[in-house]
Amino acid sequence: MNKRDIEFEILRYNPETDEKPSFQTYRVPCQEDWVILDAINYVKDEIDRTLSYRWSCHMAVCGSCGMMINGEPTLSCKSFLRDHPDRIRIEPLSNFPIERDLITVMDDFMEKLGSVKPYIVPNEDRPVDEGEHRQTPAQLADFKQYTACINCLLCYAACPQYALNEDFVGPGALALAHRYNLDSRDVGREARADVVASNAGIWECSFVGACSQVCPHDVDPAGAIQQTKIASTVDYFKALLMPWRN
Amino acid sequence: MSRRPYVREVSRSWWWLNQRRYVGYMIRELSCVFIGAYTAVIVVSLMRLSQGQAAYEGFLDALWGPVGLAFHIVAFVFALYHTTTWFNVTPKAMPLRLGERRVPGGAIIGAHYAGWLAVSAVVLFLAGD
Repeated sequence: MNKRDIEFEILRYNPETDEKPSFQTYRVPCQEDWVILDAINYVKDEIDRTLSYRWSCHMAVCGSCGMMINGEPTLSCKSFLRDHPDRIRIEPLSNFPIERDLITVMDDFMEKLGSVKPYIVPNEDRPVDEGEHRQTPAQLADFKQYTACINCLLCYAACPQYALNEDFVGPGALALAHRYNLDSRDVGREARADVVASNAGIWECSFVGACSQVCPHDVDPAGAIQQTKIASTVDYFKALLMPWRN
Repeated sequence: MSRRPYVREVSRSWWWLNQRRYVGYMIRELSCVFIGAYTAVIVVSLMRLSQGQAAYEGFLDALWGPVGLAFHIVAFVFALYHTTTWFNVTPKAMPLRLGERRVPGGAIIGAHYAGWLAVSAVVLFLAGD
């Protein structure tokens, strides 16, 4: 197996001793078939056990190991070393406060995610013995793409609107709101609209499109937000022109 | 152990220089200025047209000056950028499905270009001698 020495500049921050974050460089003997996460694990296991970061599945499913790799929001388990030069800069995800080293504070996202009711709001409580809620393949195809979201927050790290306005609900939560709005079993669209169609919701997005470019599962949050804008505008004009239907 | 999260400040003026895709976005936003300016030129040209032949021809002569020519070239480049970048994101805002299958994004974008060509051909036909 080909080996290559790679220098990793990793942003470190210890809230107990550091005034501000600073870079620390580690030289790692890497194998070419490694992903970035393997090299960071090597640092943790063999060089510096004080390094803190999140990871779990190592296969782009859990969404824990997102970080800025040479300035790009990336899942470190999905980014192969063979695609990188001999010096790689690793930082915690942008647009989130740093808790420690590569670990960010995700509380803001969690709160916003909850605010869009990211679950099926059923029309009526059906007893289990009445059987399953059936959907046609076409109804499933309406929203299936958006179910692939793993809450990795790469889209938030890529979004300049979220960087500039902390009130912005953000791409991930809005894409999940769209996912449930499109679900034939759900009637929660109106309940979500207070947050989704507010100024801090879809209308704060100016369609930079970076969220969709960095999404590791092609969820396309930018598309979801633009489609929600259109649906919300149609709702507005329907209410305006046909008030008797309100 | 005490929590003391560190917040990294983002420059409110220069954030768009951080990534190339942000620069591309800002150019797309800036292109609106030139689209608006060219629309204003058309409105003024209609106003001059309504004032008679001499006024209109004087206006056209002024457009052929160096400033008018430079403006048209720059506005044309920005109009092309504006059009192509917006066409390229239309499948996101207006996805189409035929039954359970999604219409490929390339087909939606291609249809926009075809429409653009068709409208341009009609305009050229009407404007021709």
